[in-house]
Amino acid sequence: MNIHEYQAKALFREAGISVPEGRLATSVDQAVSAFEELNAPIVAVKAQVHVGGRGKAGGVKLARSAEEVRAAAEAILGMDIKGHTVHRLWIEKGSDIQREAYVSVILDRSAKSVGFIASAEGGMDIEEVAESTPEKILLFGVNDYSFPEAEARKAAAQLFDGQGVDAIVDVLHKLHTLFLEKDLSLVEINPLVLTGSGEVVALDGKVNIDDNALMRQPDLLELRDMNEESEAEIEAKEKGLAFIQLDGDIGCMVNGAGLAMATMDMINLFGGKPANFLDVGGSSNPEKVVHAFRYILAPGNIKAVLINIFGGITRCDDIARGILKAFDTMDISVPVVVRLTGTNAEEGKALLEGSKLIPATSFAEAVKKTIALGKGEAA
Amino acid sequence: MSIYIDNDTQVIVQGITGRDGSFHTGQMLEYGTKIVGGVTPGKGGQTANGVPVFNSVAEAKAAVRVDATVIYVPAKFAKGAMQEAVDAEIPLIICITEGVPVNDMVGIYHQVRAKGLTLIGPNCPGLISPGKSKIGIMPGSICIPGKVGVISRSGTLTYEIVHALTGLGIGQSTCVGIGGDPIVGSNFRDVLPLFENDPDTEAIVLVGEIGGDEEEKTAAYIKENIRKPCFAYIVGASAPEGKRMGHAGAIVSGNAGTAASKQKAFADAGVPVAKTIDEVAENVAKAFG
Repeated sequence: MNIHEYQAKALFREAGISVPEGRLATSVDQAVSAFEELNAPIVAVKAQVHVGGRGKAGGVKLARSAEEVRAAAEAILGMDIKGHTVHRLWIEKGSDIQREAYVSVILDRSAKSVGFIASAEGGMDIEEVAESTPEKILLFGVNDYSFPEAEARKAAAQLFDGQGVDAIVDVLHKLHTLFLEKDLSLVEINPLVLTGSGEVVALDGKVNIDDNALMRQPDLLELRDMNEESEAEIEAKEKGLAFIQLDGDIGCMVNGAGLAMATMDMINLFGGKPANFLDVGGSSNPEKVVHAFRYILAPGNIKAVLINIFGGITRCDDIARGILKAFDTMDISVPVVVRLTGTNAEEGKALLEGSKLIPATSFAEAVKKTIALGKGEAA
Repeated sequence: MSIYIDNDTQVIVQGITGRDGSFHTGQMLEYGTKIVGGVTPGKGGQTANGVPVFNSVAEAKAAVRVDATVIYVPAKFAKGAMQEAVDAEIPLIICITEGVPVNDMVGIYHQVRAKGLTLIGPNCPGLISPGKSKIGIMPGSICIPGKVGVISRSGTLTYEIVHALTGLGIGQSTCVGIGGDPIVGSNFRDVLPLFENDPDTEAIVLVGEIGGDEEEKTAAYIKENIRKPCFAYIVGASAPEGKRMGHAGAIVSGNAGTAASKQKAFADAGVPVAKTIDEVAENVAKAFG
């Protein structure tokens, strides 16, 4: 789960990392009053969306007067940045920037460690820096949960040519604590700046929280912005389904994430376009299948549905009962192809006999049939 | 032969009195796995599925020889359960549990290695040496004994591959589900040398998915170290960037972790990459033909 910059900065402030003073605004008037409250000669008006490259897209503007703030807020609110609509603005005091650097703490899945990344090239896209000038990226990690003080100090000395070393080490230490305590998979400050008065300040903030850990981070869960996420995907998750909307017209319902991906790939391979990723998970009760149908058919452009089940923990007869229930309670007018294999497959097939469902034996046959029926051809 | 487990492997079940633990203990016993006990704190002294229940892994180890432990506890207790198994130095630890917080795995991963133990999972279906023993949740009925080793990041997809192999009469020595999380105890490169050294394994099937760089590293490793024929299959080519495809590990970010990059790495290492599940089995059949 991602959170907004202003939420990340609230976490930073709480942890004792310096951030510029700012206010949240959801309307132009609020933005203007935020400017007046801040009483600063210059402020930054920043779009709050879960996507990088806001500056380049025109989502960050500097303003020196109430009029300029009004104009900036009017321009940015409602703006579309890479498919994300701006609903919130963060208005913050301008900083006297002398130097900019990059720091982050990440889960390094390659080294299986807690990784630290630092670079004197701040304020730029770090992936670009890593690509074009890898020597400017400092990377170190730890295999346990300790803080690598000596390496942090060495890296800190390189960010601002030896200035503010203690303050940078302190920031890294606090980011590390946040990373562990809040179950983050990424916490990034880009840029971390050195101001004219020698202070080290976080000018931006990005935080990514491990979805698996949200169960023990109820406070963070409250920071979720539903404008930034698909309501259907979140709701589906609460019902035990892993669902992702795509833009094709062949719906699919599969058990297991790997098999669900394989099914999407097969639909593509045989010339169709998958409309979604949907893993009904293990131990599927019939109710889950009914919910799954709702999410799959919701877009309205679905031409055919493929149900591909390899029963292990999942019992094919449970799935069959769910399908029949869905047909009883919903108006399903598109062709539905069903392939059941594994645990209780025969029982499941027997239940579906005489129904409108179109049976298929092999995976490939099921995919080809679904695509053909979706095109209005006889299978 | 087989790797990791055979007829003599003595297994305990952590979380034996839970819904999944209890059900799969029954399935494993039915398959012939030597389950010698279970662990549920506070329920020591009871019996479950006909085997004794202990309060802790250490208590179980004091009473019986334990070669392996399998963990079915809920995600929030998984780290504690794995830690207990590590502290008791159980040689083979298999964690089936899905949804384990990733940062919990950093410490466990390195402790397991430092102690010379083996961890499979978390978020995995476990392993099976057909006709001998199975630990985890793989359905035994789809496997037949044979000479192909299978290593996979996925669960049901593994069953599908095994089913296709079995359908062509190709049996398996051992099938290992390594799990779909960003940090798992054993990766392709940990399992490969065991198959390479197993006299009864003649070919190896690798099933990978998008996310991370394990497949790329594995391809390079195979080129240098593995002489037995390997066959690969990668899923997730149609996954959009930035969307987590069910498994915590299956996510494409930027150019990293794409199916195309993994397929290319295997192809460059001389490992045939199949486009469909049936093609994987056909590739193996052709090589043996």
